[in-house]
Amino acid sequence: MRSYPADYELITPGNLDVVLCLLRDEPNQWTPIAGGTEIMVLYGAGKLLARKLVSIWPLPELREIVEDGDFISIGGGCSFTQIGRHPGIQKHFPLLAQCASWIGGIANQNRGTIGGNLANASPAADSAPALFAYDAEIEVISARGSRRIPYSQFHLGYKKTALAPDELIHAVRLPRRFDGALRYVRKVGTRNAQAISKICMAATGNLRHGRVEEIRIGMGSMAPAPLRLTATEQVLLGAALSDATIAEARKALSNETTPIDDIRSTASYRSLVAGNLLEEMLRSFAASGALK
Amino acid sequence: MQKERIIGKPVFRKEGVAKVCGAARYIDDLSLPGMIFGATVRSAIPRGRVLNIKFGSGIPWSEFTVVTAKDIPGKNYIALINNDWPCLADGFVNHPQEAILLLAHPDRHLLPMAVAAVEVEYEKLPSAHSIEESESGQPVIWGEDNLLKSFVLEKGDVDAAFAQPDIVIVEGEYTTGAQEHLYIENNGAIAVYSEQDGLTYWGSLQCPFYAHKSLMAVTGLAEDRVRVIQVETGGAFGGKEDYPSMIGAHAALLAMKSGRPVKIIYDRMEDMAATTKRHPSRARHRTAVTKDGKLLAADIDFCLDGGAYSTLSSTVLSRATIHAGGAYYWPNIRVRSKAWATNTPPHGAFRGFGAPQSLFATERHMDRVAKAVGLTPVEFRRRNLLRTGETTSTGQEIRQQVDLERWMERALDHAGYYEKKARFDRENADSPSKKGIGFAVFLHGSGFTGSGERYLNSLVGVDATAEGRIRVLVSSTEFGQGTNTILCQIAAETLGVDYDIVEMAPADTGIVPNSGPTVASRTAMVVGSLVHSAALGLKQTLIASGLLPEPDTTPYTSEELQNATKIYVGKHGGLRSMSRYQAPPDVYWDDQKYRGEAYAAYAWAVHVAEVTVDLTTYSVTVDDFVALQEVGRVLNPVLATGQIEGGVAQGIGYALYEKVVWDRGLMKNNQMTNYIMPTSQDLPRIRVFFEEVPFEHGAFGAKGIGELPMDGPAPAILNAIAHATGEDFNAIPLMPEDIAERLAVHATTAKEMAAV
Amino acid sequence: MNTREFSLRVNGVERSVIVQPMARLLDVLRHELGLTGTKEGCGEGECGSCSVLMNGELVNSCLVPIAQAAGCSVLTIEGVGEQARLHPVQQAFLECGGAQCGICTPGMILATVHLLDRHHHPTREEIHEGLNGNLCRCTGYMRIFEAVEKAARVMESDAMESGAMESGAME
Repeated sequence: MRSYPADYELITPGNLDVVLCLLRDEPNQWTPIAGGTEIMVLYGAGKLLARKLVSIWPLPELREIVEDGDFISIGGGCSFTQIGRHPGIQKHFPLLAQCASWIGGIANQNRGTIGGNLANASPAADSAPALFAYDAEIEVISARGSRRIPYSQFHLGYKKTALAPDELIHAVRLPRRFDGALRYVRKVGTRNAQAISKICMAATGNLRHGRVEEIRIGMGSMAPAPLRLTATEQVLLGAALSDATIAEARKALSNETTPIDDIRSTASYRSLVAGNLLEEMLRSFAASGALK
Repeated sequence: MQKERIIGKPVFRKEGVAKVCGAARYIDDLSLPGMIFGATVRSAIPRGRVLNIKFGSGIPWSEFTVVTAKDIPGKNYIALINNDWPCLADGFVNHPQEAILLLAHPDRHLLPMAVAAVEVEYEKLPSAHSIEESESGQPVIWGEDNLLKSFVLEKGDVDAAFAQPDIVIVEGEYTTGAQEHLYIENNGAIAVYSEQDGLTYWGSLQCPFYAHKSLMAVTGLAEDRVRVIQVETGGAFGGKEDYPSMIGAHAALLAMKSGRPVKIIYDRMEDMAATTKRHPSRARHRTAVTKDGKLLAADIDFCLDGGAYSTLSSTVLSRATIHAGGAYYWPNIRVRSKAWATNTPPHGAFRGFGAPQSLFATERHMDRVAKAVGLTPVEFRRRNLLRTGETTSTGQEIRQQVDLERWMERALDHAGYYEKKARFDRENADSPSKKGIGFAVFLHGSGFTGSGERYLNSLVGVDATAEGRIRVLVSSTEFGQGTNTILCQIAAETLGVDYDIVEMAPADTGIVPNSGPTVASRTAMVVGSLVHSAALGLKQTLIASGLLPEPDTTPYTSEELQNATKIYVGKHGGLRSMSRYQAPPDVYWDDQKYRGEAYAAYAWAVHVAEVTVDLTTYSVTVDDFVALQEVGRVLNPVLATGQIEGGVAQGIGYALYEKVVWDRGLMKNNQMTNYIMPTSQDLPRIRVFFEEVPFEHGAFGAKGIGELPMDGPAPAILNAIAHATGEDFNAIPLMPEDIAERLAVHATTAKEMAAV
Repeated sequence: MNTREFSLRVNGVERSVIVQPMARLLDVLRHELGLTGTKEGCGEGECGSCSVLMNGELVNSCLVPIAQAAGCSVLTIEGVGEQARLHPVQQAFLECGGAQCGICTPGMILATVHLLDRHHHPTREEIHEGLNGNLCRCTGYMRIFEAVEKAARVMESDAMESGAMESGAME
């Protein structure tokens, strides 16, 4: 344990309004901590820059999963265990339920929150690809009020998000219109559990008369931030899933991603396997689409 | 023979209740009154001079105890073989993380901040970071030429064999990477010193007397003024054979200077970056084989990367050299082996101790030799595996009944090898993933090499307490492998008493005799055998004093023997029987020529791995694993099975997951997040089978078992991958990135060729 | 020194400590409360040897600041069972050889208790998943899986005998 506990303050107001007022009244002083699965790792390694922490665990206002007509709203403080176990999410957003079960091990799923995962904004964030695939909206809240950001506009760069310093992730809203959609998710990690992702891809889509009518593809670990593959989607929209289209889509994927060499893997491996995942996804869509 | 009551039975682990209750006390669970905490300032560079050390601001330095090389009362080395391993760097560093100075303070949390605040100024010098760089002698970083040790092992006339006409020659190069022990309990030590009581060191360690010897040298204290006590140890695997002497010396120096008890506990990042790992290796095989697949000669060039100091490299190299021939009959063989110095934290003992490295190369190579002469891996081995009466590469005659062919067939049968091989061959063509099955046949020498056991001169005691309990006195330690349990089983069986009344004396150099280190798979075979004879001696004493009947005439109960001991102890004050190692007759070893009886006994094994190679992600899954071992005698089936399963798991990690990422001698992935060992979701069913050919000089016939399972998984898995993909991969760890690179290149080439 | 008083229920007993709010639950258990059964293997939430149950959920105590554990109910290995009265999971680990060096064992047992609370009859896959955050370097997990299955059977038949579902912890 390489940090000196006396150097740190952690308060637990227990009330969302109090937290939001604090973030407004003492700007850039307080860092929110939810389940701590990222912050406490930095702390243990002696690398946590923040000195004053305000706990948002387990604020009840952030812990609800609400099925609200056309949307499911997942509180930012919901743990991945909660998310993965929720019948509504399993039914309507199975890709997210799947990703939740792939995050860390059981103990880390019990404490890791979706809000924390998004705010931490690692390019390898496990929940991100599924949120792109489901066209998620991020509802953020501050003392000034609340607003909604389409998830595709949430990430601005490496570990930079659209969150203002006084804002918290209140909820992640998922529109319930993917029940009949084709879907795909795959995470490639260093091992089967407790693995940081080397690459992750999630996708939803629809074919009509053998052509791609809708497609949403989210990727992790292929750019400084989680990425929606808009250029690749453009190549696919309206096209039939022939070998030629797939080859073109692979090229587009290659052009719009910037994988790197890092401690876990290499750029060339990521590039190659990302293309393979894309192809695997498209061929599975083609096969299922043909059954319709 | 098989009518034993306790031997061969799955009696509970001796210290098992404490472990499942969380009551077992490991080093960081212990405290002494007035204890302060120690930490280590370490080199940031691979090689160079220490010019200046500054103590930065923000730390109350006057409250700290500071120890440098100047404070060492005795010798500034950790005594092992060559004594070139500095306890503290003295103006010069030879690897990243080398210990430069020590700090102690009562506030445990302050230590990391203090370490970070020490500013060391260096003059950097050129460094070497691979076998190739070291071989080139650019620069020279150790001795005259970077060569830590070399051996030449020779049998027959290799050059003449290669000159024969009508033969096939197969060459190959095989490499293995470093492997981190990753015991779940990090290294830790507590030391206390007083003029009155001398020095006591409690530690997480394998070899109390190794540490005792090292502490005597560093402190200059006499033998009876140093006491080493092993406490419950959370995993070791060889990583706590040598290193505890270093951390113990550090704690001792701080204790002596501060006058307080000192505890040093490494965190995971420090333990991974600073302590020993398995030696990386490079093997170059050149094999001559007849057209009908009989091995004629091997010319093997084998190298280890030893790290910055020689430490145990010579003995690891020795074992690697002797095992390089594998389980085959070689009429002619030459092994030229070398250990090279690099500016890396010194590599050290790790389960297998050189054999996993050389056997990986050999077993991989044999599959390729088989292919070169058009034989299946099975048929090739049928024609070349060692038989009873044949000699090994050191000219040692295999005297035991060894039936490798039958054991091989049994293992293959359990694995469904033939059916699966044929099925995979059929189905792979049309599949997005490729399946393969491969195997390895190998051996592992039990106990110390050659005259090593004679040199150790182990001494063991068994005594009876006043309360009528039996105590085993050995310096052999428990760290999960079952030392406590099997030695108590042996004593209980021999004496005819209940297992529950036998206990282990603490592994305390002030109490127990030196039965040698807990390494080299020697505990059951060598130490167990001495426990057996010491127990016999105790029984004989009771019989001779008329307190116990001759067992052949009148059987007695456990209680009756216990009463007899109580009477004897009451009358004479104590009852202790000692037994000293005696080398088996006709064991002859030439240390210069490397010829003769290298080991008193060999254990044998066949490992079969079934894999799937996913062509989308290039990752390899091991779907099924069969491990068959011939170990003389299975003393405790649950413990023995557990040892094999654990060794196989480590071997799977060695082959496919555990990569050390180096940056000029610094381990960059020194966190569990980034150094990957298998989880519960990564391993196949590991199916374990035993054969028993009792070894007459081992306790109840037992041979060594602990290291054997480490040797098989990597070659078996890579052979399976070769079957699955048609590609020879010859380096481990084999990562998906490596497979992707090779298969993608071949796919591109195939496309280009098709386009032409 | 920004220490404060934090109260929590540990193994059924109300405890109070005066520490900094960012003191790790692991350190509070081991040093303030003297419960050394919970171990530190990595300090980064990867090995699981620090696993405890917090409000019935498995967590890595090296990643929980004490301020977030205040008011919670924590179960450590000391609360699962004791020598005189072993919990069926502990007994099964003993019988099946689930503990070798023993350092991962407390966390592994807590993870097993957590698993069996949720799955009375776990499949092998569910066992693999339930223990996926607890690393064992000694066993290769095989004996541990057997121990979990054995404990499940024993607890199931105990429950059937007593006619009520056992929750698996002493509170």
